[in-house]
Amino acid sequence: MYTLFLCWRYLRTRWIALASVVSVMLGVATMIVVNGVMEGFTREMQGRIHGILSDVVFEANNLEGFPDAAGHMRRIEELAGPYIAGMTPTVALPGQLAFEVDGQWQTRHVSFIGVDTTTYGEVSDFNRYLRHPQSRKHLDFTLHEGGYDLVEGEPDTLKNSGWPHRRQKAVTGAAKSAVALPTAVAKAEQPPPDEVVIRDGYRYRRVRQAPQPGEVVAALRNPFEPLNNAPQFDPSKDTGTGVVLGLGLARVASADGKKFLVLPGDDVKVTVPTATVPPKPSSDTFTVVDLYESGMSEYDANFIFMPLAKLQEMRGMIDRQSGIANVTAIQIKLHNDADGEHVRNLLREAFPGGYYSVHTWRDKQGPLLAAVGMQTVILNILLGMIILVAGFGIFASFCMIVAEKRRDIGILKSLGASSAGVMSIFLSYGLSLGIVGAGAGMLIGLVFIANIQWIADLIARLTGQEVFDPTIYYFQEIPTVVEPLTVLVIVTVAIAIAVQASVIPALMASFLKPVEALRNE
Amino acid sequence: MSDMRPLVEPRRRGGTGAAGAPHLVSAPVGKPDDSAHIAAVRLTKSYRKAGMEIPVLRGVDLEVRRGEFLSIIGQSGSGKSTLLHLLGLLDAPDSGEVQLGGQRIDNLPMHKRDWIRNQELGMIFQFYHLLPELTALENVLSPLLISEGIFSYFRNRRRHVQRATELLEQVGLGHRLKHRPSELSGGEMQRAAIARALAAQPQVLLADEPTGNLDSETGREILRILRTLNDQQNVTIIMVTHDRAIAAEADRTVRLARGSMEVA
Ligand SMILES: Nc1ncnc2c1ncn2[C@@H]1O[C@H](COP(=O)(O)OP(=O)(O)OP(=O)(O)O)[C@@H](O)[C@H]1O
Ligand SMILES: [Mg+2]
Repeated sequence: MYTLFLCWRYLRTRWIALASVVSVMLGVATMIVVNGVMEGFTREMQGRIHGILSDVVFEANNLEGFPDAAGHMRRIEELAGPYIAGMTPTVALPGQLAFEVDGQWQTRHVSFIGVDTTTYGEVSDFNRYLRHPQSRKHLDFTLHEGGYDLVEGEPDTLKNSGWPHRRQKAVTGAAKSAVALPTAVAKAEQPPPDEVVIRDGYRYRRVRQAPQPGEVVAALRNPFEPLNNAPQFDPSKDTGTGVVLGLGLARVASADGKKFLVLPGDDVKVTVPTATVPPKPSSDTFTVVDLYESGMSEYDANFIFMPLAKLQEMRGMIDRQSGIANVTAIQIKLHNDADGEHVRNLLREAFPGGYYSVHTWRDKQGPLLAAVGMQTVILNILLGMIILVAGFGIFASFCMIVAEKRRDIGILKSLGASSAGVMSIFLSYGLSLGIVGAGAGMLIGLVFIANIQWIADLIARLTGQEVFDPTIYYFQEIPTVVEPLTVLVIVTVAIAIAVQASVIPALMASFLKPVEALRNE
Repeated sequence: MSDMRPLVEPRRRGGTGAAGAPHLVSAPVGKPDDSAHIAAVRLTKSYRKAGMEIPVLRGVDLEVRRGEFLSIIGQSGSGKSTLLHLLGLLDAPDSGEVQLGGQRIDNLPMHKRDWIRNQELGMIFQFYHLLPELTALENVLSPLLISEGIFSYFRNRRRHVQRATELLEQVGLGHRLKHRPSELSGGEMQRAAIARALAAQPQVLLADEPTGNLDSETGREILRILRTLNDQQNVTIIMVTHDRAIAAEADRTVRLARGSMEVA
């Protein structure tokens, strides 16, 4: 009983010992904050990477790809069927994208991804990054009648883009092109403008007043069948094939806010190399139907999505006789509990390594995730050191307290206190300090995490320097994840260190001979 | 101090004190009886200092009867404190025995010696040795705290506090219960120390120069308290002192010189 009683008294009267607790507290608090932010960052990054990449990617090692996607999918199904939730064929192809900004054409080197509209949404989380609510439900590469979602800081122009923007542009464009544009464009383009209209087998007519999705899908499925009711390409009523651009391309951020270079409803020029040797450029006009932002700048500035059949056709990947088209990859979605690496290994065994490669989404971004993981480990080691230093602080102040309390220890023993009892006074003292320090640290850490955005904003306002620049990190908010297990481990380790630090002083106290403690006055 | 009430209610035989140490058989009350209550048998003790052996006690024989008030005098450095520490089980003799109620106690296992210190022996020091963080009341409670576990303490808390308060009132500190030692005078501290020594109702009181640090009037008061204790509760008292006048208050005085006992 006296153990706890005296421990409590010492705790109350020895504020000096609480000083060493402050560093335990700070160590625990920073550790919780750092782990929370790192974990949040990692999860966010993983989510974004994973959002674009499917669980397992089965791909050809060259740009020609492999024919008979259906056959490959059957084989994959045979090998790893029980793990697989869905599959979709894709084509990835580097090429060039040209778009017009303020009357100037800009060309970018990008990667085009041809996706199968019916199955891609089931395999990848890509759709949820789209800006139009309808596209998010099902991406069919058609242009919408406005209603695109904005994020903070974006100009309103996006909201009413789509058809209204396109019609508006058609009116002003017609006036302008009467003066300057037609000749310039006609000369720049490989096929003359009127030929574009004649080749409208690759286009579909869109009736503004009453859109008919069935008609659209049919057109996509069979691009060779011209629609006979579309003799003329009218930009206010017709669109090119739909493409989806990333915001890394379509939007720029400057000091005075965000600005769109391209909006849904704008036409862009796509050029890809044909599959012939040597390759020749194959170009066409597309219409931007939606924008996406995955948050991975690398993807958002690079990947442009379009219907699979259209890309295969432009590349010339479709066999004229059989009608079978090549694909370059098969994206595989697994069941939630399936082990991606196991499936990857199964597929790697079955398909020749020289021609195919199989990766999980983690493999694809391995170095990035590994770097983040490494940083977390190093930070934890450094912060652990802080707590360790705090442990030495406790050790030192405890040694001093024991030395100072020699006489009292002697008195307690003369009153019949056992050595174990005296020892446990100091052990529970250390334990209390640990609990106080770690507990306070945990509270501070959690409160800090809960208000991290507010704190970051405050620092930004005080220093004039953005702590997490959203244009670099793509975070609107600093992502944090509080993992209860991590917090528990941190707190337990901190308490254990505090107790450890008090073991030696406690032993010193318990070995103290009462006479020696009582004698020197 | 003239209106002093009994310090300790007559000891309940076989009560708390003996319960944990059944081998310590207490003799019936009776002033002074012939059996040795606490005894030293050929006790020797020497200290080693820089390779030199300094013998302090060279075979001390001492028998104190139950209910006796003995004073030990001797020159400074003659080993009085050393002897008292040996009797109080705070130190181990090089050879010889310490006996309590006819039984050897210096070679008992540690937990038994802790128990005897707590229950059978009360100690008073020249420098009071109160715990500075605790109030007078808590200091008096401390022997009881030590002997009780958490649950039994809370069960008996009220009784303990009442007893400690009574003890403090009896030594004239009823108005100083919540004072820290630093807020008490020397005499008050020594009285609190006596109350603490009595808290667990020990039968032997070992006092090492209890008046050594006090002016003679205050010293007399302390002595009167001890005298009353001895008279009314039959507590066996061994008191070390420098002062012949103080020593004269005791039933018997012995002198420690050259490492052994002489009759004063
Ligand atoms: N731990 C120790 N190491 C070495 N010598 C010691 C130790 N403790 C005591 N002594 C020596 O033992 C002798 C007896 O000491 P003790 O304290 O018992 O004397 P005392 O009779 O109580 O003296 P005083 O009247 O001054 O209190 C002294 O000479 C002292 O120097
Ligand atoms: Mg002495």
